[in-house]
Amino acid sequence: MLPEIIHIAIALGAVALYALGAVYAERKVSAYIQDRVGPLEVGPRGLLQTLADIVKLVLKEDIQPTAADKWLFRLAPVVIFVSVFAGYAALPVGPGAVGAALNVGLLFVMAIVSIDVIGLLMAGWGSNNKYAYLGSLRSVSQIISYEIPAAIALMAAVLMFGTLNLHDLSIQQGLHAESPVYFLGVWDVSQIGGILSWAIFRYPHLILAYLIYFIASLAECNRAPFDLPEAESELVSGFHVEYSGFRFAVVFLAEYANMFLVGVIASVVFLGGWNSPLPNLVAIEPAQVQSMGFWDLLKNLQFGYLTTGITEVSMAIWGAFWVLLKGFGAVFVQMWIRWTVPRVRVDQLLKLSWKKLTPAAFLLLLVSAIWKLAEVYAHT
Amino acid sequence: MTNRVGYIKEIRKSLQTAWKGLTLTWSHFRRGKHKQQVLGIDQPGYFEQAAGPVTVLYPAEKVPVPDNGRYRLHMETDDCIGCDKCARICPVDCITIETFKADGDLGKTSDGTVKRLHLPVFDIDMAKCMYCGLCTTVCPTECLTMTKVYDFSEYDRDNFVYHFGAYSPEEEVRIRAEVDLAKNLKTAQTEPAPEAEPEVPVRRRPVMRKPAEEETSAVPPTPESDALEKPKTFRPRPLMKQTQASESPSEPPSLQESKPEPPVEDKPATPRPRPVFKRPTPDSTPES
Repeated sequence: MLPEIIHIAIALGAVALYALGAVYAERKVSAYIQDRVGPLEVGPRGLLQTLADIVKLVLKEDIQPTAADKWLFRLAPVVIFVSVFAGYAALPVGPGAVGAALNVGLLFVMAIVSIDVIGLLMAGWGSNNKYAYLGSLRSVSQIISYEIPAAIALMAAVLMFGTLNLHDLSIQQGLHAESPVYFLGVWDVSQIGGILSWAIFRYPHLILAYLIYFIASLAECNRAPFDLPEAESELVSGFHVEYSGFRFAVVFLAEYANMFLVGVIASVVFLGGWNSPLPNLVAIEPAQVQSMGFWDLLKNLQFGYLTTGITEVSMAIWGAFWVLLKGFGAVFVQMWIRWTVPRVRVDQLLKLSWKKLTPAAFLLLLVSAIWKLAEVYAHT
Repeated sequence: MTNRVGYIKEIRKSLQTAWKGLTLTWSHFRRGKHKQQVLGIDQPGYFEQAAGPVTVLYPAEKVPVPDNGRYRLHMETDDCIGCDKCARICPVDCITIETFKADGDLGKTSDGTVKRLHLPVFDIDMAKCMYCGLCTTVCPTECLTMTKVYDFSEYDRDNFVYHFGAYSPEEEVRIRAEVDLAKNLKTAQTEPAPEAEPEVPVRRRPVMRKPAEEETSAVPPTPESDALEKPKTFRPRPLMKQTQASESPSEPPSLQESKPEPPVEDKPATPRPRPVFKRPTPDSTPES
């Protein structure tokens, strides 16, 4: 029991720390994009600004509207955050470093994050506020709509790899894959690895699937341009308009945690997970690599092994490095898009989901199925 | 729109426009570290600056104000002849002037105009001022100017009343007494001074000041405290000449023997006197 609690505490601390950095990054990114300078005063370069804000939020009074549904209002932030946080359990951080190596990992993440919707609805309904209610209604319709293209796009990749286990998905996209890896389906890059063995380059139609998943994940995180649930100009701040103090901080934390979660899911399924993007320039059998040291790897242009590691410890460290880098990259792109693209209307939002993304995702699923069949015939 | 553009075209167009927007924002993001210099519009390079944050970190950086910037009013008390023109032209009546006739001349301003009026009160309420600059254009001695100071916020609205008057209240009382005494002495040589003469008229203070001060501050308000607090820099030395002060007798004028009929023209009226000197009598010689 105790080790689990320690694990949870570490993960919670890491997520909170990440959220601090992400909020700071969001401010800086938005500032630079808008030709401003962002926070500067608190700490060097304003680094402690979000910490100060969190301290302020925690110290503030936890106001609860008298007309609110007491239990729903109080529970909603917990449900929102826990559902997102539970998704972190199945994330593969590195080879062997995964909280719960579930065989249905991807399904688990998709399912548990969907509970988020219930939390949003609880928050909107429990607040007894028309803005919160409208925001939560929009949120629910939006997330349910976008879960379909997101899930189908992921299925297109899952079909190619034949597994829902996030850890197995990662392994199959790098040097440690057991089965041969074909770049674009023709060139065997099993000993070269790197970016060439990522899902989107092995099966180029998955680039579109990745695009679809990315767009859908923006909607699932309530991020701009799909931030209708909290559209400030219409709904003040949407479903969390009545929240203050610590509960508001928790809702905020969940939003940023969700951003990172979908970023990591996308990178695990499509972008090679914890595998290095650097390819080996010369193909060498893995058995030979085992005896090589750092300089030998460098001299033999084995950048893939150099940056994925050979021993278990170095593999875990490098794996965590690449996963975090890819996750942060995805978060950065989400921020970049937020400060570029204006908010869509509700009808545009639904049209995009039902008329564009969903048919395209199904089409990609079909392509995946045909490709898989062709692959099976060609390589057996 | 959708029907005419077509399904595929719409997707392509939306991707193109999104990409265009992303490259645009990226170009700004890239320049995020290179903050633009804070330049005035008249400085070279103002229009040639590369893209980058335009933030002016205000207290640390300030956009330079041109030399003809029209912000807070400043009055050079030594140069004021008390002509009241500024107070009359002011569209919002933010200038309050009180003067009384001096016993003889009070010296000259820096441009050579002879001063003949004591200037106990010259208050400018900057909270009312609308920065039109009319007062500075009518000022004959150019003692009233607009400065480049634009940041002068106050916690108390009363502090916006800037006191440029020449004297503190005590000095005013003293100088009025001296002037009256000198006048009495002059009249006493020809005709006896009136009985009602000695009492010194109390001059009107700005109405909103006192009660607010007494309610808010726990410190017992001294009569000159608010008058002295603000315009320390603007308060010049009293214009009263030492010789005048020394030669005038120190005993109160009430001791003088008096006569009932009062000289009407010399009595300083309580609010604001007419600028008597404005209509120049033919016998008075122009200074130039």
